[in-house]
Amino acid sequence: MATEASSETEVKENTEESSAQPDQSEKATQETQEVLNTEGEDKEKGKVKEKEGKEGKGISRYLPTWLKKQKSLSQTSPTKETPPTEEPTSKETEGEEVSAPEVNGHAEEAEEKEEVKSEPVKEKEEESNSNGSADTEPAKEEKVEESVQTTPEEKKETTKEDQVAEEKKEQEQETQAEADVQEGDGQISIFQSPLRLVRKPKMKVVVCRVTLLDGTNFSCEVEKRAKGQYLFFKVCEHLNLLEKDYFGLTYKDTHDEKCWLDPMKEIKRQIRSNNWQFSFNVKFYPPDPSLLTEDITRYLLCLQLRDDVASGRLPCSFVTHALLGSYTLQAEFGDYEPDQPRPLDFISQQTFAPNQNKEMEEKILELHKSHKGMTPAQADIQFLENAKKLSMYGVDLHRAKDSEGVDIMLGVCANGLLVYKDRLRINRFAWPKILKISYKRNNFYIKIRPGETEQFESTVGFKLQNHRSAKRLWKVCVENHSFFRLNTPEPPTKARFLTLGSKFRYSGRTQAQTRLASSLIDRPAPSFERTSSKRISRSLDGAPVISITEAGRDTTENGHDPHLELQSDSKSQLRVHGDNIYVRHSNLMLEDHDKTQEEVLKHQASISQLKRSFMEAPPPSPPQPSQWEKRLTSSPASTIRVQQQQVSLEEEIASVLLSRHAGAPCSTPELTLEAAVTTCSAATSQPLEPLLLSTPPTFSSTEVCVPQTEATPADSAVSDTKEPEKLPVVKTEMVTISDTFAAQKTEIATKEVPIVHTETKTITYEAAQLDGSADGEPGVLMTAQTITSESLCTTTTTHITKTLKGGLSETRIEKRIVITGDCDIDHDQALAQAIKEAKEQHPDMSVTRVVVHKETELAEEED
Amino acid sequence: MAGLMAGFGHYTHAIVRGIPASLATEALRTSQAEVDLDKARGEHDAYVQVLRTRLGLEVVELPADEALPDCVFVEDAAVVCGDTALITRPGAESRRGETEAMKEALKDLKMNIVEITDENATLDGGDVLFTGREFFVGLSKRTNQRGAEILADAFKDYAVSTVPVLEGLHLKSFCSMGGPGLIVIGSSDHAQKALKIMQQMSDHRYDKLTVPDDLAANCIYMNLPNKGHVLLHCTTEEFPESVKVFEKLKDHMLIPVSNLEKVKLDGALTCCSVLINKKKPDN
Repeated sequence: MATEASSETEVKENTEESSAQPDQSEKATQETQEVLNTEGEDKEKGKVKEKEGKEGKGISRYLPTWLKKQKSLSQTSPTKETPPTEEPTSKETEGEEVSAPEVNGHAEEAEEKEEVKSEPVKEKEEESNSNGSADTEPAKEEKVEESVQTTPEEKKETTKEDQVAEEKKEQEQETQAEADVQEGDGQISIFQSPLRLVRKPKMKVVVCRVTLLDGTNFSCEVEKRAKGQYLFFKVCEHLNLLEKDYFGLTYKDTHDEKCWLDPMKEIKRQIRSNNWQFSFNVKFYPPDPSLLTEDITRYLLCLQLRDDVASGRLPCSFVTHALLGSYTLQAEFGDYEPDQPRPLDFISQQTFAPNQNKEMEEKILELHKSHKGMTPAQADIQFLENAKKLSMYGVDLHRAKDSEGVDIMLGVCANGLLVYKDRLRINRFAWPKILKISYKRNNFYIKIRPGETEQFESTVGFKLQNHRSAKRLWKVCVENHSFFRLNTPEPPTKARFLTLGSKFRYSGRTQAQTRLASSLIDRPAPSFERTSSKRISRSLDGAPVISITEAGRDTTENGHDPHLELQSDSKSQLRVHGDNIYVRHSNLMLEDHDKTQEEVLKHQASISQLKRSFMEAPPPSPPQPSQWEKRLTSSPASTIRVQQQQVSLEEEIASVLLSRHAGAPCSTPELTLEAAVTTCSAATSQPLEPLLLSTPPTFSSTEVCVPQTEATPADSAVSDTKEPEKLPVVKTEMVTISDTFAAQKTEIATKEVPIVHTETKTITYEAAQLDGSADGEPGVLMTAQTITSESLCTTTTTHITKTLKGGLSETRIEKRIVITGDCDIDHDQALAQAIKEAKEQHPDMSVTRVVVHKETELAEEED
Repeated sequence: MAGLMAGFGHYTHAIVRGIPASLATEALRTSQAEVDLDKARGEHDAYVQVLRTRLGLEVVELPADEALPDCVFVEDAAVVCGDTALITRPGAESRRGETEAMKEALKDLKMNIVEITDENATLDGGDVLFTGREFFVGLSKRTNQRGAEILADAFKDYAVSTVPVLEGLHLKSFCSMGGPGLIVIGSSDHAQKALKIMQQMSDHRYDKLTVPDDLAANCIYMNLPNKGHVLLHCTTEEFPESVKVFEKLKDHMLIPVSNLEKVKLDGALTCCSVLINKKKPDN
């Protein structure tokens, strides 16, 4: 029961938040200040209730009636904030304390719920009041401006209301859920120095704490409504990690279960408890770590595995414990030195195994001696070569019962689904054998492809502890299957207004894509510090390479070959590799059917129609090679590029053109880029918002009016790169608004009106060419290569061409980035990120052109 | 530096045991055949000779025990992998005593000894197929789930999958390893079914070598210095058709070993030795 309640709210999203947003931030400002002042002295106050009541009355007249209604139940004293109490009941509410005060949305939601639920809420509300007063929330709010003191109580009050509304919502879920005991570690009262907060007065910011793999903490501020990926990118940036697709962030849900933070969803909506505490972890364990491009990625994988091993999650024998431990020692301390006591200290401090003893430590030291001469990176490689062979490497275990009620474990891994009873593997379903994964309530089902001799497919069901865990397992399966088996992720269901099954799909890159993408990494191996020993890892330049892998990996280190062409050659080899492994794509349908059969059938027709109409539009990527060919040969270096637009509901298509000219190194590429991005965001953000079409016009087709991008001829004047601020940025803009009636005039019984208003807009920014190559001299095309990769919400099509012109070789990389997502995606951010990534991958190149094509869905948010 | 799962088939030592007189009459058997004790002893001597002289293994020969008629089939008493030796708890009660001498011998060889203390667990080494990458444990008359669990606990590095043994005494009564990644399998239905299960359970791909006779599928593979791939298999006398199949293995040094008498007691080639790889002390 409880679980259903929670899923219900998950689906629900607040549509009105955005409108309420601006004033709230101010309120928060007030509140924060108050709390900061009073927190200390009010530590002991447990009962604030009476006071709440009194103070509340005075303000109530300012409030709209619907708010008052709520208020009577839920006031908290503006000045008497109590710190969170240790009593068990506070556990539940702790979570909500910090929730962003979205007045309308949440209050309404709570009311709605009251109606729907037969459960009496009164008691709970009262409970929540008292607990709610134990509010640390404002502490996390930023921006304290002492001078701004306008009707503080009122604002405060409103905020309180929001909180309470949220609390109620949360609490309903909570009380319905099994009374899991949750650790009372919810509050992380982080007091931000007020000094830091003055910057963006409009944004509500929270501090996220991320535990990194080396055990250190990374704190960063994120906007309250930021999505998971924002934080994830922040962390990756901090770690200097490019091959990020193997990693993810986890949080503990209200039941203390570890969950993956969905990059596409708002953080706030996922964590529920207002515990902005995360861990950075390996999400997909690469089956062959030697194929990773960068040492830093391997190092992070090692850190994760060290922990997996030490905690017992990755079981291994005594000998293997010792062997892995010895590589850790070598990586952290280098060669064994008899007279140097450090490793000895280190060894007993460090946990290598769950049941570590003297004998093991001695064995570790003994083995350590034999690794003489190994660099840290080599030791890491050896560590991984051994760890990857362990049978439980990368297996994510989930507790379940089989159809007879016997306790089993389900292990999700790169190859499929494993079934364990105790330590024994009793069954295994490889991904190609699985036709469909689904869950219903607390059941998890897999549909099995019929064997050679069988005629019918069979379905195997498992019982999970509850609905949540069934869903979590299902999600992990969807993600692992997509990552390891598919070439490109399946697109999430586009028809969002028809709620059939979960919309959840893996949103990141697949392994095939990430291998391609990382093969493009073109930076010198970054140096990083090994935290436990403070040992600095440098790039392996000149270091003896010991060959370890049976695969005979091409050991050409990235970042060492200055020519991108070379890179692309080795790349294509890699790509073939990837394809070979992953072409055998099973037609796996991933859906969770929480619907009755009738419902399914009822919607079937309309869905397929919708799908068809959406699909009629050409796929967003990759661009046809022939077109490229044509374009390139006709005007290889010209600044005029016609951006061929695709029809789809993608919101933004940006194509970033990077180019590098041999012999003309760009000295300040950073600045050039910066300029382009800034202009870009300024231009795109404003004109869009006021457009709102209120009357839904009816259209009978799904065609979206798509403009041809107006490309501007760039200044052919040669501008010196040493004066980046003078780089002319040419901007063109074109806005088209079109409406689309996506669904046919069917008698679908949906209350939602499936109207899609689309606004399309194209802006081109062009840096002046660094050379005078606009002369139209055609040059000789040497190589051309197109690579498509996909990440969280972007599809990147990279086209690399190398042309030879007048003795100069020119490499041009054009990236087409399609950013898809909900309306509240931060486009500028995403674009900036995309450009930044491009820059990171090609530090020696400069961005010469950015074309932004924005297509916004203006439909009313219906969920 | 031997890493994890390196050197499948590398052996330095073998533990064998003599044949007691009680073998002929008292040893357990599934058929009613008469066993010629002298012939059996002669066969066994030849077997040990191959291991010691022909292959150069250091052979530890345990004395026969009249109280333990089946003691020659040492394989069932211990499972050795790497530096770890799991002393089993044989499914047949009359055989439980066999593990004592085996344990001592393995201790002398400085192996890490793991013992089964659980009274509910039974495990015969003949049900344990180690492929070099993982274990398959046959659930048979002699081995139960609990025994398999304990094995999994003893060898944590490896996946341990269970395979039902529907017919025949042990899992290895119809299969064995013929090389790295090569499973030799009998052609009977239950043997083929078991192979299917093993293939389904495994993350690794195995080649298979199907021989017409189930019993012939039990052979001993070794990878020895200066000798390369070595395969001890049945003789033409016993299974002429199966020998033809083995002879297709061009890379292997093929050594036919007679097993006419012991087979009457369900004793296959692997049953009569425990093979161990002991690294040189200074390495």
